[in-house]
Amino acid sequence: MDLKTYILRRLLHTIPIIIGIATLIFFIFNIVGGDPALTLLGKYAKAKQIASLRHEMGLDKSLFLQYIDLLKSIFTFDFGKSWHTKQNIITSLKESGWISFTLSFPPFIISCALSIIIAMVSAFYRGQFLDKTLVLISIILMSISILSYILLFQWFFAFKLDWFEIAGYDKGFPNFISYILLPGIIIIFLSIGSDIRLYRTILLDEINQDYIRTARAKGLSEVSVLFKHVLKNAMIPIVTNLITQLPFLFLGSLLIENFFAIPGLGNFIVTAINTSDFPVIKAVTILSAIVFVLFNLLTDIIYTILDPRVKL
Amino acid sequence: MQHPYKTPLWKIFLRNILTSKINIFALSIVCISCLIALCAATGILANQWDVSISDSHTPPSLQHICGTDILGRSVLDKLIKGTEVAMSTGFFVATLSIIIGVVLGVLAGYFGGIVDTCVVWLYSTITSIPNIMLLLSLTFILGKGIVAIYISLGVTMWVGICRLIRGEVIKHKNREYILAASAIGASHFRKLWYHLLPNIWHIIIIQFALIFQVAIKSEVMLSYLGLGIQNSPSWGTMIDEAKTELIRGIWWPFTFATLAMFLIVLAFNLLSDTLRDTLDPKLKKK
Repeated sequence: MDLKTYILRRLLHTIPIIIGIATLIFFIFNIVGGDPALTLLGKYAKAKQIASLRHEMGLDKSLFLQYIDLLKSIFTFDFGKSWHTKQNIITSLKESGWISFTLSFPPFIISCALSIIIAMVSAFYRGQFLDKTLVLISIILMSISILSYILLFQWFFAFKLDWFEIAGYDKGFPNFISYILLPGIIIIFLSIGSDIRLYRTILLDEINQDYIRTARAKGLSEVSVLFKHVLKNAMIPIVTNLITQLPFLFLGSLLIENFFAIPGLGNFIVTAINTSDFPVIKAVTILSAIVFVLFNLLTDIIYTILDPRVKL
Repeated sequence: MQHPYKTPLWKIFLRNILTSKINIFALSIVCISCLIALCAATGILANQWDVSISDSHTPPSLQHICGTDILGRSVLDKLIKGTEVAMSTGFFVATLSIIIGVVLGVLAGYFGGIVDTCVVWLYSTITSIPNIMLLLSLTFILGKGIVAIYISLGVTMWVGICRLIRGEVIKHKNREYILAASAIGASHFRKLWYHLLPNIWHIIIIQFALIFQVAIKSEVMLSYLGLGIQNSPSWGTMIDEAKTELIRGIWWPFTFATLAMFLIVLAFNLLSDTLRDTLDPKLKKK
């Protein structure tokens, strides 16, 4: 099978998954969730009000027609307007998604680079004191709750030392940087522990392979074995792992954005949830699921290109 | 298949734990937390947590070791009650997701065909939806309360273990020992229960420890979003309340709740590492 047929086949495979996502979301919100018109208007709504709101939202159609509407919106990318802000959902999503991306992309790169370097050091001194200490530190970093990190760092660095802005956001190029510094540092601390452990495992997996023993038997130094042979081969799982993480950068970190009042996608979602804004929740869930599926496909394709051992 | 262990597994596990100080520490933290949670659940400890015992926001002193909260309630009692919430969340969520994951994973891997296609489709669909969105949608619909948290966390966390178990079962089902069992006429149930299950136990145990601590951490996030536990103090709500307290210099509820959660999550992380080293036969060779 050549690459084109493979990609086409994989694309066809995503269709039942996307339909499944739409069905699940529809089931959760339209069948289990109760009448959103009642939720929105509260206890003291009049029957006429409810009826007109239901008509406005298209809730008076049959369930089947509503389901067809939802499926249609996946392909037309028209998710309508937010009930809360009355703005077009896609426009707001683009705007806030971009903000989330600028917030989480730099920490993502820094955290990656740092954790690969630390994992290399750890793998070089495997089984020794330094390796054990590094593993313990990364477990400790992983064990602290997100909210504790946020509160502690904000209180200490922004409030006590006054190094960073406490919270808030400002649009425009140079202005926003001062607001995303502290959240960015927190994101690095949140991800670095698990990244180090993951990359260390990947590197150690390679170190135990036969070709590494051959390289050592040839008399290569441990450093050159590690950089030339191990790292090069370990890059395949590392790169694919990084690509699968990319879509989540647009989603941002819900808690961090909400806490620091950064108007990114995460914050958008929290607001939508607090105001029972169903179209927004539906749109975000479905779109992010589609992006996730497509990135998974991309990962698999890159994997087959990078790794000649994988047969199509 | 050659049996990889000469001595019983629990003996190796115990030896691995007892030879390392860090693991002894982790195991004792887990045991103490279980004990505290049981005592709190049966009302032996902290049954008066909602009674005001001193002024509002008294700093820690010899009388009140962890100080008091805004209503003058003992932070220590709230911590103990929070241990019960955290341990029960971890336990029920891990149990629920393991049951769903193992049953579906074994069925899909063992029977293959249409069952497999359906299960794979189900878990691909669920992993595609960002975890946090699914979690929020579910808690939103199930309402607030501890049972809603158990269910929504359990329903979102079974996917990883299902995938692992399915892969492992597919690997094992064509091995000689299963074929031999078929040859002597063993039923599907017998092959699964007596022959296959003992070979995938280690995955289940490791995953249990991992899901346990992820569930405890997730509870904080839900509390922050206002979807947490309502009528009982939890570490999540205690940390969440510190948003406004910390700036005013009231550090004790935050510090002790963070510390409690840190210790238990750390202990589970360390234990799951040791479990993996002991139980995973693949690591034995290295």
